[in-house]
Amino acid sequence: MLDWKLDFTWEILPRLLAAAGNTMLAAGGGYVVAVVLGLVFALAQRTPSRLLTFVVRELVEFIRSTPLLLQIFFIYYVGPQFGLRLSPWSAGLIAIGLHYAAYLSEVYRGGIESVPKGQWEAARAINLSTAKTYRRIIIPQALPPALAGMGNYLVGIFKDTPMLSVIGVAELMHAANSIGAENFRYLEPYTIVGLIFLAISLPTAWLLRRFETALRRNMGLTR
Amino acid sequence: MPYLEFLETYSGRFLDGTLITLGQFGLAVVVAVIAALVSGLMKMARFKAVRGIAVVYIEIFRGTSLLVQLYWFYFVLPLFGITMDKFTVGFLTVGLCYGAYGAELVRGAIQSVPRGQWEAALALNMSTAQRMRRVILPQALVAILPPWGNLMIEILKGTALVALISVADLMFETRQINNNTYLSAQAFGTALIIYYIFARFMVTPIMRWLERVMARKIGRA
Amino acid sequence: MTHDMSQYPLKLEGDNVPMVRFQNVTKKYGNLTVLDGLNLDVTEGEMVTIIGPSGSGKTTVLRMLMTLETIDSGVIYVDGEPLTHMEKNGRLVRANAAHLRKIRSKIGMCFQHFNLFPHMTALGNCIEGPMQVLGLSRKEAEERALELLDLVGMADKRDQHPSRLSGGQQQRVAIARALAMRPKVMLFDEVTSALDPEVISEVTSVIRGLVDQHNLTMLMVTHQIGFAREISDRICFFYSGQIEEQGSPEMLLDNPQKERTQQFLSAVLEAN
Repeated sequence: MLDWKLDFTWEILPRLLAAAGNTMLAAGGGYVVAVVLGLVFALAQRTPSRLLTFVVRELVEFIRSTPLLLQIFFIYYVGPQFGLRLSPWSAGLIAIGLHYAAYLSEVYRGGIESVPKGQWEAARAINLSTAKTYRRIIIPQALPPALAGMGNYLVGIFKDTPMLSVIGVAELMHAANSIGAENFRYLEPYTIVGLIFLAISLPTAWLLRRFETALRRNMGLTR
Repeated sequence: MPYLEFLETYSGRFLDGTLITLGQFGLAVVVAVIAALVSGLMKMARFKAVRGIAVVYIEIFRGTSLLVQLYWFYFVLPLFGITMDKFTVGFLTVGLCYGAYGAELVRGAIQSVPRGQWEAALALNMSTAQRMRRVILPQALVAILPPWGNLMIEILKGTALVALISVADLMFETRQINNNTYLSAQAFGTALIIYYIFARFMVTPIMRWLERVMARKIGRA
Repeated sequence: MTHDMSQYPLKLEGDNVPMVRFQNVTKKYGNLTVLDGLNLDVTEGEMVTIIGPSGSGKTTVLRMLMTLETIDSGVIYVDGEPLTHMEKNGRLVRANAAHLRKIRSKIGMCFQHFNLFPHMTALGNCIEGPMQVLGLSRKEAEERALELLDLVGMADKRDQHPSRLSGGQQQRVAIARALAMRPKVMLFDEVTSALDPEVISEVTSVIRGLVDQHNLTMLMVTHQIGFAREISDRICFFYSGQIEEQGSPEMLLDNPQKERTQQFLSAVLEAN
């Protein structure tokens, strides 16, 4: 395997693993923002206000159609141009959160729309308010079909965190780049980073698939 | 500097970058289509070894991030004796990455063709190759177009990452302009608009048009 | 599981060789035995209808003959030669793909859900097999196809896609498509079960016309007892993977001997 330096590997592994922790923090934080914001986006597109629906719809489309990397640069650099200083972490979390909120809003919308119309009508018939209808009737039924998509995007966010290295967030890719530049050796750092990603995303994806199958079976007739 | 003046000054560089991005996009799509078809079909083969190769390819490219793949192909592959210029590394990696996702779409589309079509083709004594070519794949093509349209947008967005291995695409040029002028809103904002126009007003309509054409061929329009 | 294959001849010889022979055929799905040591002969030009409750194995008989399913034990012969097995070093072994393709060319099938190719016109569907598999030129294939479409009364719809045709029309095109391959044996698997009642007669009259062609051997699975009585030479009543009773339509339908046959027939009469 072309001159793989084992002692170099052991030397850099702790630093890479520590950076992996940062990666998971960034992914987790971004995911939390995305989950909450995504719900806001989804519900905003169901308000009676045509204007709000239109604006949010176009915003979601815009975010989904443009590269995350570009959005990260935009959020990080545009702030200072107008006097607002954002740390790399903040900018990164906001960018990832916004980007994936757009995706998750579509997942939520799909889940909400899969709830039969009769449920809305039944809620109206017992005079539930809109908020209560969502909270107690609709969202609990919208959640199971949405969970598969939500899980996939968690894995997706995790794989997109390397983009944060370009604005200086000290995650895995950033650490690998630094190690590579310092030692003039890229083989071990980059390969280990790849392996770490595989080690985390493959089992997660597998678990998600099992979870989805079990959920489907639990729900019985619905697809 | 007012925005219009900004655009005038830097339109040349934006254009250069856009052309490179389009080149990367087009070539990556070709690679992705081929990779998806080959690996999707391999994944449905009878021999475990054939299936295994496809699974390894798909899981590796789906389990790691595109950026990691780009760096690895650009910096590490030369150590194995395979050196390619960065433009080639760019579209090849992007294509292979999204081809892995496309493989699942291929499999899903082929499996969505009703069982009865396989049986009717068998009843007419068609060989496996004839059956795939004349009956199954044409119908699978119609099924695959909608999700493939989404994948096309992802490929377009993915090409932005090749800037990080110094390919002079739109992302790269935009970053240069930002470094020179510090007019971040104008620079990145313009780039965002350009990507948006391509995604929303070129790729998506073309895919929708393709869907309509194929649906008509199936007699469904 | 090796079976003693010596009981099965390598070829059927002599006078009166049946066009189709099921010899001791068994088919299992896991623990479920769908066909249980079935023995059935069909002579050339005979029209045999298979009736019976669901799960009795009647559709499996057709599907195995069309090689859509494999058999677990026994041998099926078509036109004197084994279908499911082939000769190797003087013994019978499981048929390989090439052998299956060779014998399969003698059999044609029409399905309950027609299974027309949606991306081809009616004419396109009918020339596909002759051109791709039989190697006919487009001109020859179209000539043959038009003749058959005319026979089934669909010549004027030859340029329509299946999505524009009614169920009865689609099924008639499907019959023409199968006939275009000039099979010796035609299989009809519940071909009217998915049709609206008004159009059933379109299809049954086409099949009735085919019965007059002496060379065609036909096996039909159907719920249309009246139609079966009209055109069949023999009716087989299947129960639990075996032939419970068989005979001419008059014998089986008017004078059933076995209790299960009687029960089934009276239940069917009730439903009608």
